[in-house]
Amino acid sequence: MIAVIDYGAGNIFSVKNALDHLGYENILTKSETDIKNADAVILPGVGAFPWAMKMLSESGLVDTIKTEARKKPFLGICLGMQLLFDKGFEFEECAGLGLIKGHVDRIEETDLVIPHMGWNKLEINHDCPLFNGLSEDEYVYFVHSYKAFCDDENLYAYCEYGHKVPALVSDGKTVFGAQFHPEKSGKTGLKILENFVMLSREGK
Amino acid sequence: MLAKRIIPCLDVRDGKVVKGVNFQGIKEVGDPVECAYEYNLQGADEIVFYDITASHEGRGVMLDVVRNTAKKVFVPLTVGGGIKTVDDIRETLRAGADKVSVNSQAVRDPMLIKEGADIFGSQCICVGIDAKKVSDGKWTVYINGGRIDMKLDLIDWVKQVEQLGAGEICLNSIDTDGVREGFDIPMLDAVCKAVKIPVIASGGAGKLGDFADAFLKTDCSAALAASLFHFKELTVEQVKDDCRAKGIRIR
Repeated sequence: MIAVIDYGAGNIFSVKNALDHLGYENILTKSETDIKNADAVILPGVGAFPWAMKMLSESGLVDTIKTEARKKPFLGICLGMQLLFDKGFEFEECAGLGLIKGHVDRIEETDLVIPHMGWNKLEINHDCPLFNGLSEDEYVYFVHSYKAFCDDENLYAYCEYGHKVPALVSDGKTVFGAQFHPEKSGKTGLKILENFVMLSREGK
Repeated sequence: MLAKRIIPCLDVRDGKVVKGVNFQGIKEVGDPVECAYEYNLQGADEIVFYDITASHEGRGVMLDVVRNTAKKVFVPLTVGGGIKTVDDIRETLRAGADKVSVNSQAVRDPMLIKEGADIFGSQCICVGIDAKKVSDGKWTVYINGGRIDMKLDLIDWVKQVEQLGAGEICLNSIDTDGVREGFDIPMLDAVCKAVKIPVIASGGAGKLGDFADAFLKTDCSAALAASLFHFKELTVEQVKDDCRAKGIRIR
């Protein structure tokens, strides 16, 4: 069972649709028990950083997420990826989940359009099980105005938009974050989601 | 950098895909969910549903189409046609659309763009524009499916649209739409130079090279076509291969 955390953020149905399509049992939930019992957890998100952290803490899920994310495959998507870091600076400074070292701030590119929206090429920095079966020429779909600033060791893939934009980050163990939307990235995105779910089935 | 997008558009009336020429002579060509799925397999970067149903009941049917498509198509979906209020936008996004395209109502009430962008984010709000040439370098904006000339200067309007927070512009040329001799390059170029937000070329694609032509001659971010893909004269894949062969960055 995959728990998709439902804390009031938009468009979680597309994540559910993608998991359903792949044939993986999943549940949209904000229950601590569901998250604890799940084989893998996805934290989606569309919206603003401080608002999302507030919703998570009001749901009483912050500690559960911090603990469970170290025990089983955990994937943050878009804003859900940004929340994995120590802090964010969207509107105001706000503490994140602190699962990966780094912070989130506005994309500063004077010549480029913000939001960074569209299909951009995934440049692999370190290999990772989520990239199994992908070619060297894969595009994924992005929609965001803020980006992560993190250490090279946590940067598994990026794309070029003026400067490097972190696309896939990880603690190298169980925590993963995708700035792009795998659920909107066609075959490539579905493959990444499938690879993620497979992590929870290893050794079972 | 971002890849240039190829976008098939499905004109939908009462839950069926239809296609007209120069806004007239409409005929039915199929089931929208199946068509969208087929385009997805061909490598479409995004799919646009344009609801040409006039009735209120038709809107519900359209939302079902979006819901069903979102279950099997995993690329961004845009819905346009008949979106008049913030509630219409909300309802459409909830059904599974990633963006909405507002057209006539945005001209009548430009604040719809701002309200939509403030509530749902600029990335959700595409402004569709139908325009027609007045003289060299001058075009005006039409509403109601190209029937009413608002005497509104196109370049003034696109600047206003950007300033109000639109995330994207879908620019349809009434002069080239249905003529199948290529996109309206002068109009497209003028709009791309006037704004920074992405511009989608629409109206006029008739052959393979027309798409690459738009990308090579203007800074447009995407090109959209309907009948060419419906009648299977070309597949999205063929168009993408042609663009790639000409050095254009394509997914």
